[in-house]
Amino acid sequence: MAELSLQLGIVVGYLVLALGIGLVAYRLTENVAEDYYLANRSIGTLVLLFTTFATLLSAFTFFGGPNLAYAQGPEWILVMGVMDGILFAILWYLIGYKQWLVGQRQGYVTLSEMLGDRFGSTRLRGLVAGISLFWLFPYVMLQQMGAGEALAGLTGGVIPYWAGAALITAFMILYVVIAGMRGVAWTDTIQGLFMLSVVWIAVAWVLSAVGGPSGATAALQSTNPEFLALGSDFYTPAYIISTAVVIAFGVTMFPQINQRFFVAGSDRVLKRSFALWPVLVVLLFVPAFLLGTWAAGLGIEVPEGSNVLPVLLSEYTPVWFAALVIAGALAAMMSSSDSMLLSGSSYFIRDLYRPFVDPTLSESREAWLARGGVAAFATATFVASLSRPGTLIEIGSTAFGGFAQLTLPVMVALYWQGTTRDGIVAGIAGSQLLYLSHVFVPSVTVDLAGTAVPLFARTYGGWDIALAGMVLGALLTVGVSLLTTPAADEDDSRFVVGAD
Amino acid sequence: MTARIRTALWVVTFTVLVVLAVPWFLWGDPRTAAGLPIWLWWHIGWMGLASVVFYLFTRTDWDRYMGVTDG
Repeated sequence: MAELSLQLGIVVGYLVLALGIGLVAYRLTENVAEDYYLANRSIGTLVLLFTTFATLLSAFTFFGGPNLAYAQGPEWILVMGVMDGILFAILWYLIGYKQWLVGQRQGYVTLSEMLGDRFGSTRLRGLVAGISLFWLFPYVMLQQMGAGEALAGLTGGVIPYWAGAALITAFMILYVVIAGMRGVAWTDTIQGLFMLSVVWIAVAWVLSAVGGPSGATAALQSTNPEFLALGSDFYTPAYIISTAVVIAFGVTMFPQINQRFFVAGSDRVLKRSFALWPVLVVLLFVPAFLLGTWAAGLGIEVPEGSNVLPVLLSEYTPVWFAALVIAGALAAMMSSSDSMLLSGSSYFIRDLYRPFVDPTLSESREAWLARGGVAAFATATFVASLSRPGTLIEIGSTAFGGFAQLTLPVMVALYWQGTTRDGIVAGIAGSQLLYLSHVFVPSVTVDLAGTAVPLFARTYGGWDIALAGMVLGALLTVGVSLLTTPAADEDDSRFVVGAD
Repeated sequence: MTARIRTALWVVTFTVLVVLAVPWFLWGDPRTAAGLPIWLWWHIGWMGLASVVFYLFTRTDWDRYMGVTDG
């Protein structure tokens, strides 16, 4: 019982600390939408770097990733490196910096608003916001489910799954409603630093008990020598490339990530974050995933439905530290979810509610309505998460692919003035339809001239169908743009940022 | 160096950074050094290199391709 109260004390203490930061941020926040969503475009390097970083990480860093490394070997470190460290950094420049420049000039708050304005189309604006919210919903839900399971696991079921998920949901709503982007960014920074420290302390603790990295790797050599060789039946080149490309491109269109492209205080902030990105990715994921890998060699048995990292830590570190790591995992889930809620609400209010329901919405009323939107969205995902529907988990894992379909049409529009409204609508709708049909229509195999051809499969020869969707989206955007002429209310000068 | 060559060099550099972040030439290689697989050491070093290259890019041509004059 003393152990339980210590664990709960640590977790709750962490939540209260985060709320305190939110309150400080609240006192600094003006009640207008641009400040609530974007902290008046004034975020500095450390905070931008870590808020994006913490937002990017979900429970995957502490649970999913180490579990994969435990079962299949540490090659996910490479996937993470290519995807988050390099591809995302390049997209950070190509999409992020461009959007920042355009946003500075035109005052945009969301991606859909930017596209709708450029192409003179409220429908396009609504379409992009709708697609984004569709893929966002299950992703928020999965974080709540992860939090519920983590708390139930930590307390041995004393806090049941639903109560854990409800606690986190209530806390997130309270937090986002009070703090807005400034508070979210500040706590993300603390959470990011916290995760980074905790994972390194964990590595030091475990390694000191098993004779350093050489000892841990020697143990692995005797149990799972195949983990040390690069590649396997699971980690094929097609798998590594598909996963890295789809997720890196998908991440840029997640509302909470994309909106961060508008918040930097100056271009210096964007430059520094860009250069630090690969190093930060290595610093976090190498130790986290190696812990999972080494656990396989140390004879750690993971019970069905549990995660390897807490089991490993309870073997080698004191109780309070294991609780800190769970708090770190909750931090990861919350920092993802609170940002998603905030950005999701801005998409809903600005790009669906205002244009289609109430065009006269005032700035200050918008900021309040946004808070209501956060509460409604979080409650809806919470209710959906209670039944733990399997199909929604499937949507969650495919959310990255869904967002990745938006990336190339947006890039074409950002850089090619010849893009027309019909072109980008065709690119976005066409790629979404292709991808959605492969996600939701059951796979069938047809016989075509003697060879069995799978239809509606998620992968073809190990390659993700999302890649084909991305190519289709780009081709449709360019092709249809060439065949059509711009409508009268399109403004192709909107994305031109030079020649002031 | 003309602008066109310069641009081509950046494209090649970034492409190489992406492609070789996974040491494909060490595929199936189980050797380790100082407790870590050597393919992992390559990756760690490569990411450090990427940071340096990214930094150099921000110091030189970051604004050139956005049509913004550095001010």
